[in-house]
Amino acid sequence: MSFGVRLHIWGERACFTRPEMKVERVSYDVITPSAARGILEAIHWKPAIRWCVDRIHVLKPIRFESIRRNEVAGKLPAGTVSKAMKAGRVDDVHYFVDQNRQQRAATILRDVGYVIEAHFEFTPRADDSDTPGKHLDIFNRRARQGQCFHMPCLGTREFPAAFELIEAESDMPTIDEQLHGERDLGFMLHDIDFANGKTPRFFRARMQDGVIEVPPFTEALA
Amino acid sequence: MTAIANRYEFVLLFDVTNGNPNGDPDAGNLPRLDPETNQGLVTDVCLKRKIRNYVALEKEEDAGYAIYMQEKSVLNNQHKKAYDALEIKPEPKKLPKDEAKARELTTWMCQNFFDVRTFGAVMTTEVNSGQVRGPVQMAFASSIDPVVPMEVSITRMAVTNERDLEKERTMGRKHIIPYGLYRAHGYVSAKLAERTGFAEDDLELLWRALINMFEHDRSAARGEMSARKLIVFKHDHPMGNAPAHVLFDSVKVARVEGEADTPARHYSDYRVTVDAEGLPAGVSVDERL
Repeated sequence: MSFGVRLHIWGERACFTRPEMKVERVSYDVITPSAARGILEAIHWKPAIRWCVDRIHVLKPIRFESIRRNEVAGKLPAGTVSKAMKAGRVDDVHYFVDQNRQQRAATILRDVGYVIEAHFEFTPRADDSDTPGKHLDIFNRRARQGQCFHMPCLGTREFPAAFELIEAESDMPTIDEQLHGERDLGFMLHDIDFANGKTPRFFRARMQDGVIEVPPFTEALA
Repeated sequence: MTAIANRYEFVLLFDVTNGNPNGDPDAGNLPRLDPETNQGLVTDVCLKRKIRNYVALEKEEDAGYAIYMQEKSVLNNQHKKAYDALEIKPEPKKLPKDEAKARELTTWMCQNFFDVRTFGAVMTTEVNSGQVRGPVQMAFASSIDPVVPMEVSITRMAVTNERDLEKERTMGRKHIIPYGLYRAHGYVSAKLAERTGFAEDDLELLWRALINMFEHDRSAARGEMSARKLIVFKHDHPMGNAPAHVLFDSVKVARVEGEADTPARHYSDYRVTVDAEGLPAGVSVDERL
């Protein structure tokens, strides 16, 4: 591919939540194309381009761990809203958020490492000033220097992702031996179709010797 | 207020003596442990809670420093304030149709609530104020060495119920870590700060909160906790000048020589070194504590 990029990412923990198990979060076995796109966008993105993930290399054995945290249940009926409050004042309104709390367990991944292979396409918002070389250069320069728009994360923000550009002439990091062979990871989220009412789209993820081929988004199942 | 123009990363070292820095609800309030390494853990949300509590104390009376995620408050009441202030009719579960109005609401929330402009907030509840991603991001803190939690049995010379009167006393349990030095990593994005209006003053307040938050969080469970070191890396460029992991690697925490076989019991058992010389160009280091 003429304007493809390869980014090595790693971190101590990760949580790529399965949509069917999101109350007590359970992570997918590997990073989703959607999360990988988010990481690329954290480094460089403009409305003129759209990142497409082509391939995911899983470098480390898949291991899980569980953690339970106090989280905010969040949503209460607005009936208790105090009418007496004056507009614009932020005086304390006391109520028991302690009773508005949930303890939720999360089954998260431990010690992950991936290589994302991706390219970008132009969107209808691109104009004459948007050349492939320009965006590719910006991305490579930033990734090489460790620059980012915001710190990319592995699924959720408490799990930051360290990243490193793999230069065109460099070799790939080695894939752990345990991942050799073929493994069917089942149906996995590809990405959310934001243009069509946020429809999630899925694909059948198959890992061959640690490498997952990601089909084009348009071929994913709605 | 103008937003900060530099990217930052920080390393916070804090320790606990005879206390429980963060209980695990899954393990009967035992201190959190990494099951693979036995290192102690403190979650990001635990530290953020303490930052919020510190800011609420320091800025009790000041406008613009309200805390959204308060203990004892209802989130929707806070959203309602935004709607009231701007005289917009709430539409349940939806952002106002007019995007400009929606942005006004979010801006108002950012201006008035310190934790919204620092950590962000999802305000997509019934009275909707949109979603904000804050510039400050923190990871789990973990202890330098494996920690060994102790269970301490305690007695109380009284009983709760009258029917237990003849028992005379009740037994309880406390879980403590004799000593643990924890290391937390954090990130501040200049570009996200632009969007929430996180300013230099706020950054200074964040450093103060990190240094002092344990001083105002004394309790029977916590034991003695204190911030020991706050090392701040400042990038010249808003997008940053070096990868975060390279900077974090320049901070080394090791046992003082000759004591590696004995358990650590004090901060002086550790030596912290920052390789300020070897830092990449465009990054400066500031030891705040």
